[in-house]
Amino acid sequence: MNLLANLIPVSAEIFLLVMVCFILIADLMLTQSSKLFTYLLVQLTLLGCSVITVGTHEHGVTYAFNNMYVDDLMSDVLKMLSYLGMSMVLVYSRQYLMLRGLFTGEFMVLALFALLGMNVMISANHFLTLYLGLELLSLSLYAMVALQRDSALATEAAMKYFVLGALASGLLLYGMSMLYGATGSLELGVISDAINQGVQNKSLLAFGLVFIVSGLAFKLGVVPFHMWVPDVYHGAPTAMTLLIGSVPKLAAFAFTVRILVEGLQGLEHDWSSMLIILAIASMALGNLAAIAQTNLKRMFAYSTITHMGFMLLGLISGGIEGYGSAMFYTVVYMMMSLGAFGMIMLLSRAGLEADTLNDFKGLNQRSPWLAFIMMLLMLSMAGIPPTVGFYAKFSVLNAIVQTGHTWLAIVAVLFSLIGAFYYLRIIKLMYFDAPESHEPIVYGSDTGLLISLNGLGVLFLGLMPGTLMSICAVSVQQSLLLY
Amino acid sequence: MIFGLPVISITIWLPIIFGILVLATGDDKNAPLARLLALAGSVLGFLVTLPLYIGFDTTTSSMQFVEHHGWITRFNINYYLGVDGISMLFILLNSFFTVIVVIAGWRVIEKRVSQYMAAFLLMSGMINGVFGALDSILFYVFWEAMLVPMFIIIGVWGGPNRIYATMKFFLYTLLGSLLMLVALIYLYNLTGGSFSILDFHQVASPMTAQILIFIAFFFAFAVKVPMFPVHTWLPDAHVEAPTGGSVILAALMLKVGAYGFLRFSMPITPDASHQLAGVMIALSLIAIVYIGLVALMQTDMKKLVAYSSISHMGFVTMGLFIFNAYGMEGALLQMISHGFVAGALFLCIGVLYDRMHSRNIADYGGVANKMPVFAAFFMLFAMANSGLPGTSAFVGEFMVIMGAIKVNFWYAFAAGTTLIFGAAYTLWLYKRVIFGKVANQHVEELTDLNAREVLIMSLLAVLVIGMGVYPLPLSEILHASVNDLLVHVAHSKLPL
Repeated sequence: MNLLANLIPVSAEIFLLVMVCFILIADLMLTQSSKLFTYLLVQLTLLGCSVITVGTHEHGVTYAFNNMYVDDLMSDVLKMLSYLGMSMVLVYSRQYLMLRGLFTGEFMVLALFALLGMNVMISANHFLTLYLGLELLSLSLYAMVALQRDSALATEAAMKYFVLGALASGLLLYGMSMLYGATGSLELGVISDAINQGVQNKSLLAFGLVFIVSGLAFKLGVVPFHMWVPDVYHGAPTAMTLLIGSVPKLAAFAFTVRILVEGLQGLEHDWSSMLIILAIASMALGNLAAIAQTNLKRMFAYSTITHMGFMLLGLISGGIEGYGSAMFYTVVYMMMSLGAFGMIMLLSRAGLEADTLNDFKGLNQRSPWLAFIMMLLMLSMAGIPPTVGFYAKFSVLNAIVQTGHTWLAIVAVLFSLIGAFYYLRIIKLMYFDAPESHEPIVYGSDTGLLISLNGLGVLFLGLMPGTLMSICAVSVQQSLLLY
Repeated sequence: MIFGLPVISITIWLPIIFGILVLATGDDKNAPLARLLALAGSVLGFLVTLPLYIGFDTTTSSMQFVEHHGWITRFNINYYLGVDGISMLFILLNSFFTVIVVIAGWRVIEKRVSQYMAAFLLMSGMINGVFGALDSILFYVFWEAMLVPMFIIIGVWGGPNRIYATMKFFLYTLLGSLLMLVALIYLYNLTGGSFSILDFHQVASPMTAQILIFIAFFFAFAVKVPMFPVHTWLPDAHVEAPTGGSVILAALMLKVGAYGFLRFSMPITPDASHQLAGVMIALSLIAIVYIGLVALMQTDMKKLVAYSSISHMGFVTMGLFIFNAYGMEGALLQMISHGFVAGALFLCIGVLYDRMHSRNIADYGGVANKMPVFAAFFMLFAMANSGLPGTSAFVGEFMVIMGAIKVNFWYAFAAGTTLIFGAAYTLWLYKRVIFGKVANQHVEELTDLNAREVLIMSLLAVLVIGMGVYPLPLSEILHASVNDLLVHVAHSKLPL
């Protein structure tokens, strides 16, 4: 394979890297007041990336750089969504960060580096590439959490995130090395073949699998590897929480699917029973702990744990239905969490973080439209039709019931009943309680428009979920070469 | 379809569109406009249901006015609507009550008028959707979505303990719904990929599966009805809801549960239904007798009528699960009649509450001296609630008891006691509130019904008496569908 053919599948990432370096240097020349230029440049970069990703799309699966890198429909779809998500993150955070003096070139460059890391993870077909992408993402995020240097809470969160993240990376690496020992390769396809042909050292394989699953669980933030999630979500400035809580979930999904499905399909029986335990524990603990929270960011942290647990149910089910539903769930979750954290930032002012339950009291009297949008988002998170959250839950439940684990579906719905309580509580606060402050809510027209589109999108996709569902199913089908 | 128009779709979406328009009028500056728009929407919403009645073919039990479009093709979920005799009547009932509720809330609701009116219009469309849906996921979407406006209605315009009540209402019903969702998905896989309710009716399933499906459906529908052990949300919700909310709860929401039994539980799992009929009848009888006694002890007027509703709904579930034509048709007539009667009683209590701001029976007495017209209407509805011949309630109760006597004398006997208890608690309530000397200064200051209230009451009074004297037009419509349902239920669905 010649160099050019290798470069085409990675052209979007190369463009992104070049632009990051350019922005990094260009930003040095700009004064603080003209940061808007950097911001526009970043948005243009995202647009450019999406054009390139669409332009270089090829039917079928293309490998590059000696099978280290893969370009398939799933990766293209996820990348497009991650550009969209990142662009929304930046729109939501602009005003919030400006008021706090964090709207700097570093923030935007780190965000783009994180995006690059995610794209590498999404397209990786080799343990080394996977690890490279993961670390690029994680290191950018650690730095971003710590960006607010004068906040003790943020620093503590960054420290915790870094230490636990490093531990998880260590677990993953250890697991990878064991798999390398058992199968003699780091390439996912070769590992898969080796496992299917039978491996001599079964216990080495089993140990490797346990370490890998633990590492993945850490990165996904599912119980019992969830401890970092509430603290980081709570401690980080809301803009960083938004970033951590939304787009990387797409990459985490791709990462998990690439390793478990493409690499370790032969061990499905083993890992799916581990995932069952992780999923049930996450749904139980996440939902119960979320009830007790008074800080909204912490509450959403526990809600993330729950949602990731629910998403795992899709992976457990397997097949196009299962993986497709898990992907759909992840995409929908990203949309909902973008909206929810976006709303927190929209209500925040200089010197006020609107991140406690009390800040949402009486929102309907202060701004009926924002309250309505937030209600749509909360109903969607609770999985109540006609919002898209219902179809996310529906497709996962359908996949589980098809595999015959009906009891698991019943457990899942019972826990979502508990979950419904704390989402409803927010609706209750907004609609039934009297506001604590009557200060007008000031927000830019760009954020206002985006949050409206976000909320109405959740409703619209709830009325017409078919297309997105099919996109997810088809991309999983074409990419994972199932059946 | 009539003139090629999708009649059922119109009955669903017209109120919803008007609801959105009403919502768009914004804050209370535009309240008069919001009220007018809401009235226009509800009246139009009622008028567009009339073609369903006029064009209805009473000779067939198959679905009429069918609309079928692909919706989520990946899961073979369709926008599939149609009505038979059973669901058509409920669509009419619902659209009628929306008009009543809008008029009843005309002056009473003063804060956030547009949101109040819009919530009722949206809910009206969704309830029509529940009755019109023939695709189970479409049904489920409407079924769940209608909880949201009700949640808001109780929570915003309700009484002092409204938040507890509305949370309880929502979570109780959600529990049932989620289990039903799992059952629907299970059935989808059993039919080999169809969510059509009519396809569910054809599918065979073994006894254990049938019983589990039945239990899942039971949770969803029994909570809504509500049946005896899961009824506790209803008194709370009713007491705290504003008058309009109580009316819709009593007249429609409860019927949705019984409708679910008819449309899902009985035809899909007939063997399990027969197997568990004893339990269902026992629970119904407990509701009829025990809840009747509980109603006797209430000091709060709304709570009393709420318990009386549970007791009357016990008749409905019993009528359904004795599996004969009398029982079933009686149950359906009872459902419609109870809609009118309980709705009217809640409106009567609303009239008093608007003036006195108390639901406590002890605060009243001698109201007849000050509100003679009101006392006359209240008398009629109280009599109807106790099942007096010549009122609508008598027809249904009589038929259910007649059906029960064919199955087991003691069922009929126990159910018959309600005629005594029902009369006791309703008439005792009436006596304490209306008769006697004027109890206190507040009663002294009461003013009689205004024109708007007289209009509502007369409409309901005409319907209650009309249905009691001449129920034939209703039973004619029900006849074919009920017979078809009975055939379905009698036919075992165990795999051979």
